[in-house]
Amino acid sequence: MLRKKECVAMLLAGGQGSRLYALTNNIAKPAVAFGAKYRIIDFPLSNCINSGIDTVGVLTQYEPLELNEYIGNGQPWDLDRAFGGVHILSPYQAKKKSSWFEGTANAIYQNLHFMQKYNPDYILILSGDHIYKMNYAEMLRAHKATGADCTIAAIEVPMKEASRFGILNTNPDGSIYEFEEKPKQPKSNLASMGIYIFTAEKLYKYLEEDEANPASSKDFGKDVLPAMLKAGERMFSYRFSGYWKDVGTISSLWESNMDLLGKDPTFDVGDPGWKIHSRNPLAPPEYIGETADVENSMIALGCEIEGTVKNSVLASNVVVEKGATVHDSVVMAGTVVKANASVEYSIIDENVVVEEGASVGQPREDGAGIAVLGKNIGIAAGAKVQGGAILDKDYKGE
Amino acid sequence: MAHSTVGVIFSNIHDENIPELSRHRTMASVPFVGRYRLIDFALSNMVNSGITTVGIVTKNNYQSLIDHLGSGKEWDLARKDGGIILLPPYSDETDKPYTTRLEALMSITGFLTHRKEDYVVISDCDGISHMDIADIVRFHEEKGADITMVYHKETEPCESSYFMTLLPGKDGRIKGLKINPNLKGEGEYNLYVNVMVMRREFLINTIQDAVTRGFSSFGRDILTKNVDTLKIYGYEFCGYYAGVNSMEDYYKHSMELLRRDVRHEIFGGRDIYTKVRDSAPSKYLDGAVVRNSLISDGCVIEGTVENCILFRGVKVGKGSVVRNSIIMQDTVIGENVSLDCVITDKNVVIRDRRTLAGCETLPYFIAKGRML
Repeated sequence: MLRKKECVAMLLAGGQGSRLYALTNNIAKPAVAFGAKYRIIDFPLSNCINSGIDTVGVLTQYEPLELNEYIGNGQPWDLDRAFGGVHILSPYQAKKKSSWFEGTANAIYQNLHFMQKYNPDYILILSGDHIYKMNYAEMLRAHKATGADCTIAAIEVPMKEASRFGILNTNPDGSIYEFEEKPKQPKSNLASMGIYIFTAEKLYKYLEEDEANPASSKDFGKDVLPAMLKAGERMFSYRFSGYWKDVGTISSLWESNMDLLGKDPTFDVGDPGWKIHSRNPLAPPEYIGETADVENSMIALGCEIEGTVKNSVLASNVVVEKGATVHDSVVMAGTVVKANASVEYSIIDENVVVEEGASVGQPREDGAGIAVLGKNIGIAAGAKVQGGAILDKDYKGE
Repeated sequence: MAHSTVGVIFSNIHDENIPELSRHRTMASVPFVGRYRLIDFALSNMVNSGITTVGIVTKNNYQSLIDHLGSGKEWDLARKDGGIILLPPYSDETDKPYTTRLEALMSITGFLTHRKEDYVVISDCDGISHMDIADIVRFHEEKGADITMVYHKETEPCESSYFMTLLPGKDGRIKGLKINPNLKGEGEYNLYVNVMVMRREFLINTIQDAVTRGFSSFGRDILTKNVDTLKIYGYEFCGYYAGVNSMEDYYKHSMELLRRDVRHEIFGGRDIYTKVRDSAPSKYLDGAVVRNSLISDGCVIEGTVENCILFRGVKVGKGSVVRNSIIMQDTVIGENVSLDCVITDKNVVIRDRRTLAGCETLPYFIAKGRML
């Protein structure tokens, strides 16, 4: 029997994440740290393995180094396989031409040979920009049951935000009669989640056609899906009602981190029935000291806390010294908040040093916005970083 | 240099030191400081010294050890050449499974013969330290020793049922070696910490010689008898060393890791490898009070935790107060519980409003899976 995989996932991880500013200076958005020990890409990768999909192509383009290193051989997600597993797919040079990925559809088109190697019946297209837990196996079941050529996962969003999304207008049976990419006057609030299952042969056909069309912008939402609909292919929506968040902006990244806190969190990463796998830090248990005061927070391994931490998410090996306070903030791995320094309503990237007595950000209720500190920078003793400021260089104060 | 050293770890020796914890597991797989097993320290010392092949000698109850080690990938020891090699006991109609260290070594001669490394380091799993094995091998080479035994200066009497003390001369050569001496009123003494270096060829020859002579004890028949003829050297390990020789030791040394200096020596500047479980980071809820404690991943804390070590996935309910205790993996502590000087093994459930207390010299131990 020919070796094959029923379903191959293709994960679009080329996103630059420009609205995350200093946090994506040197890394692709899917590699951005989230929830004290995770990176955004852990969610789609964990969803894949938990859904029984063990063959994943990860398409990278923008600043791929850290993402490639993070994914490695895929072992943390159990995606190190003799046949299948996770593969990084970068743009490459070929005899006829060499090119960067031009759009989402072109990126998949350039890797047709990768998918075809596994002779799949279905292709799952994912993006590496969202935080969510979803069983793709159920979506695949729905795709088969409806006999669809393409199934698009969809979620209801508030009507006022609908014009930011690709909107699906559907019949009562879930079939799609119209697809509108970021409509000014949305007719429904059913938004595409950017998660598609295609029957493989149909996808190959439409990608070839799209590639041959010089007028196309080579994008799934703008070109491929409308073309399929126009040609009368069976396209269905698959309704999802769980937690799903695009963490593409500073405020949504902050909110999504806060959604993890509390006894009954809005989003639970500790669910033993749907583990989120990740590359684990090699660190001892966190030490909470004699003078520490920690409440409503999530704290990762290797932290040493002697100060006050409230309503915050601290990644591995963060140090909060005596007298220092961290409120309403997201602090990434290896950052040090020295004695009597304060951090309010901020997102601080990895390995930042906030020197003694410095203050970063302003209390949330001031309304000044979230302060953001990029990787590896220092905030001098006593310096004050205003709320809403975005820094990616050392700061010594005014 | 260390790439030319092969490691051998004895996983079962000293099981009798803490029977409560080793009833269903090897000494090697006794849980320690939150997310580790005792073997992680010996194994990480070897890996961090560049050793890429470690034979692990097992005897009984080693299911938990196999589960912990898996393919060895977490220690970077899933290798084509070498890596972790489990050495279960060998027996047939004529040979019974080994009962002594020397017999165990006899049973792994095949493994030792097939390796190509120049040196062998033999270690037990009863010690917690940050030890550079490469430095011990260097010392061994410089001294031209036959056997190098690592020792640590101690003042408290050793509670182990089997231990050795060394009497090194000025140049480090061992002049005397005692098994289970009476240490009352001795003051400072040199405790052999169960880490030993030899040339691989020397070890193989020694074992074969012992087989023909019908020896059974490495300590009695080889070391003490030949202290004058063999070049046995003592390497003093000056760092922090904690031997786990009793439940009291286990408790005391666990708690020592709450001290910054000890914690930083053991964990600082290098990695201690262990099996990962992909637990979520720990959550501290409103009302939580946590002081002077080590908390592992996957915990959810709503009560008060002081001077404690919490392993992975522990839950502490509202209104509960847990002090001076070691709470192992997935233990669930209900609401308004009070615990002081308690050690719970894995998967213990303590229902609401229970009160339990031990004392520092005799912590109250609750066996695996018990429900109170």
